[in-house]
Amino acid sequence: MKSLLAGAAIALAGMTGAVMADGHANYPERPIMMMVSYGAGGATDFQARIVTMTAGNEDALGMPIAIINKPGAGGRVGWNWLAGQAEADGYTLGAYNIPHFIAQSIKGGVQYSRDSFEPIANWGADPAVLVVGADSAFNTLEDVVSFAKENPGKLTTSGAGLFVGHHIAALQMEKAGDMKMAYIPTKGGGAAAMKAVIAGDVMAGINNLSDAFRAREAGNVKILAVADLERNAFLPDVPTMMEAGLDVDNSSVNFRGVMVPKGTPQGIIDKLAETVPTMFENSRVAGKMKAGGSPMHVMTRDEVLDMWAAREETLKELLAGL
Amino acid sequence: MEFLFYMGDVFTPINFGLLLLGTIGGLILGATPGLSPTMAVALLIPFTFQLEAAQGLILLGAAYTSTVAGGAVSAILLKIPGAPANIATTLDGHTMAQKGQGAKALQISFLASAVGGVFGVLLLIFLTPVLAQWALAFGPSHLFWLAILGVTVIGSLDSKSVVKGLLSGCIGLWLATIGFDDIMGAQRFIFHPALGGGINIIAALIGLFAIPQVITMFAKGRHNDGAEVIKVQKHPISGAFRELMRSKRALGIGTATGSIIGLIPGVGGQIAGLVAYDQSKKFSPDREKFGTGHSEGVIAAESANNAMVGPSLVPLLTLSIPGSPTAAVLLGGLLIHGIFPGSDLFDNHPDVAWTFINSMLIGQILMCIFGLYVAGLAARVAQVPQSVMAAVVLGLAVFGSYSVQSSMGDVYVMASLGVMMYFLERFGFSAAPLVLGLILGPIAEANFIQGSMIANATDGMAPYFLGGRLNILLIGVVVASILYSGYMELRTRRYTSKEEIIA
Repeated sequence: MKSLLAGAAIALAGMTGAVMADGHANYPERPIMMMVSYGAGGATDFQARIVTMTAGNEDALGMPIAIINKPGAGGRVGWNWLAGQAEADGYTLGAYNIPHFIAQSIKGGVQYSRDSFEPIANWGADPAVLVVGADSAFNTLEDVVSFAKENPGKLTTSGAGLFVGHHIAALQMEKAGDMKMAYIPTKGGGAAAMKAVIAGDVMAGINNLSDAFRAREAGNVKILAVADLERNAFLPDVPTMMEAGLDVDNSSVNFRGVMVPKGTPQGIIDKLAETVPTMFENSRVAGKMKAGGSPMHVMTRDEVLDMWAAREETLKELLAGL
Repeated sequence: MEFLFYMGDVFTPINFGLLLLGTIGGLILGATPGLSPTMAVALLIPFTFQLEAAQGLILLGAAYTSTVAGGAVSAILLKIPGAPANIATTLDGHTMAQKGQGAKALQISFLASAVGGVFGVLLLIFLTPVLAQWALAFGPSHLFWLAILGVTVIGSLDSKSVVKGLLSGCIGLWLATIGFDDIMGAQRFIFHPALGGGINIIAALIGLFAIPQVITMFAKGRHNDGAEVIKVQKHPISGAFRELMRSKRALGIGTATGSIIGLIPGVGGQIAGLVAYDQSKKFSPDREKFGTGHSEGVIAAESANNAMVGPSLVPLLTLSIPGSPTAAVLLGGLLIHGIFPGSDLFDNHPDVAWTFINSMLIGQILMCIFGLYVAGLAARVAQVPQSVMAAVVLGLAVFGSYSVQSSMGDVYVMASLGVMMYFLERFGFSAAPLVLGLILGPIAEANFIQGSMIANATDGMAPYFLGGRLNILLIGVVVASILYSGYMELRTRRYTSKEEIIA
C-alpha cells in the first residue's frame, strides 16, 4: 500500500514537473507555501511572517506566501520533511537556520545535508550574545573568562539546545579562552534559556541578540559581549568578543533565510533568487523588523552559497572533537 | 486602579466590535477539535498587522480567553478535548451530556469559566509584581518535583483501580520518550519519520479520547438499528447559577489551583485542569460521584483552566519571558507593533497594556453570555443518531489532528493510539492517566537532566535537588499526596469483581 502511494506520488510529481518545465515564465501561478521548522510565535516564525508579508505585491512575486509550521526536535522534523517529502516544484519553500541545520547534519541522524537544499536569499542575522543577570557580579567578558579559568567546569551557561548557534558560541569561547564551561541546554528554546539567566538558575547564558536586547530594555540582564565580527547597531555599547579578548568569530551568528529542496527547476530558483532579496528590502518589511528588534541582513543566493560552504568547514572542524 | 482609567477604551465602537469578533470567533475556534488556543491566536496574528497595537491585542486577548472556554464545548459534547486544558472537563462533562444533561453541563462550565477567568485577570491586574517573583522562583529542581507531584495523582485519576491507573500512566510516560530528545538530541523509538518530533500532544488527545468512543458507537450500531434518542433536558440558567453557588468548594479549589499553577512557566496550562479536578475530588464528600457525571468535576476543571489565563501572562508582561506557547504567540503580536513587554509596556504604552488586560476581563464576561446563549442549542448534538455522530466525530478527529501541523503523520499517530486505547479501555484502563503521563514525562525528564547538569557543575546532586525551602515544601506535598492515596486505597479497599474484569 505504502509503495503504491509512493509510486503514485512520484508519478504525480513527475507529471507536474513536466508541466513546469514548459513555462516557468508564469511562475508563480498559485500561492506558495513556506515551511518553518520552529513553532508559531518563535523568532524564526515571527520573522518569516514579516519578511513574506509583501510577497503578494505586484513588484514582488504577485502571489502570497503562506507559512506552515513543522516544529520538533530542534528543527530536524521540518528539515527532514523538506529534504525527503516536500515537492520540489517551486511552490514549497523552507526557512533555514544556520548554523543549526548544518551542525545537525554533521552530527548525523538526519536525512539532510547542505547538498539537500538550494538557498534563495538570506533575510536576517541574529548574533549570539553573552548575558548575565542584572545583579550578577560579572561586569565584563574578562570577569567571566577569569572565573571560568579559575573554576574549570563550574560556570553554568544556558543556551537553547545542542548544536545550535548558542552551543557553537560556547564551544568557540571554550576553545579561544582555553577554558571549560558547563553548557546547559534548555528545552523550550531561547526563551527558557533566558528565563534561567534572569531567575539565577545559571550564572550566565548565551542567547539571541534580539531576545537579549529586549530583556535588557526590561532591565533584567546585562549583555557582556557579541559573538560577531563587528558591533551591532542595536547594541553599539557592547563590545565584540574579539575586542574583549576572546578570539571568537561570527560562526555562531544565526542566519535566517529562504531555501528550496534540491531538484527545484533552475528557472524557478533563478526567478526566486532575483525577486526575493528585493522583497526583503521593502521598506514596510524593514520597518516591522526594526520595530521587533530583529536585525536584518539581506544576502543574495551567491553570497549565501559561499556562507554555507564556509560555515560547513568551520563547523566540521569545531565539532570534530565532540 | 490604573486599569479603570483605561476601561473606557474597551468600549469605543471599533474596539468593542473587535472584542465581540474575537470572543465569538474564539468560541467557534475553541470548539473545533484540534484548534488549540495557541493555534487560534497564531491564526489571528496576520489580521492584527493592519490594526493599531491596542486593537490587535484586544482581538488576540479576547480570542485567547474564549478559545480556552470554547474547548469545553467539544470536550463535553463530543468527548474530544480541544487542548490539554480541557482533558479533565471530559471526565464528568461528557458523562453528563450522555445522560441528557448537556445543556446543564455547558451552562455550568461557562459560568465556572467566567468566575475563574475573572479572578485570574484580577490577579494579573493587582498582583503582577509579586507574582512575577513567584514565577521566577521555580528552577529546574522545583519543576522536577512539581512534575513528580503530578505523577502521584496519576493512580487516583479516573480509574477503577490504582494499579491500572499507574500502568496507563507508565504507558503515557513511555510514549513521551518517543522522538528526538530535545536536550541531548538523542533519537528514541523512532521507527517512522512521522515520529521524529515525538507524539504530538493534541493528536494524541484526540485519538485517545475520541476514537475509542467512535469504535464503540460503530460497534453498537450493528446490534441496535433503532436510533437511540437521548432526551435532552432543558435547564434554566438560574438553575445552573444555583448549582454553581452550591459547589463553592469545587469552584474555590479550581480557581485557586488554576491561578497558582498557571503562573509557573512551562507547566501551567496543561495540567491546571487535571490537578484541580483531582484536588476537588479528594476534598469532596461525594468523591464517589466524580466520573459519573458530577457537576463539581466540570466546575473544578473549567474554573481552573480559565483562571490560568491571566496569571500565565504575568511572566510575559513583566519579564518579557513567554511562559507558554500561547504567550509566545502573543509576544509576536506585541513585537510586530514595536512594543516590548516589560517595563517599556507599562511605562510607555500604558494604554495598550491596560486596554489589553481590560479586554480580557470584559471578554470573560462576554464569553460567558454567548456561551450560555448557545448552550441549550449546542446540547442538542446529543440527539444526533449515533451512527451519524460516529462519522462526524471521526471526520473531526482526522481534520483536527491533521490541522495541528498539516501532517498526515499525526493522523496515523492519532488513529493508532485511538485503536490501542479502545482495547485498553475494555480492560479497565482509562485515557486520562495515560495523557497525564504523556504531558508530565517530558517536563520531569528535561528538568531532571538540566538540574543534574547544573548540580554537577555546582554543589552536587543532593543539595541541589533536596535543599532549599521550596524543594523541601514540594517534596513534603509529594509525600503527603502518596500517603493520602495509600490511605484512601486501604480504607476503601475493594477487590476487582468478576464484572469489572470482563468489562
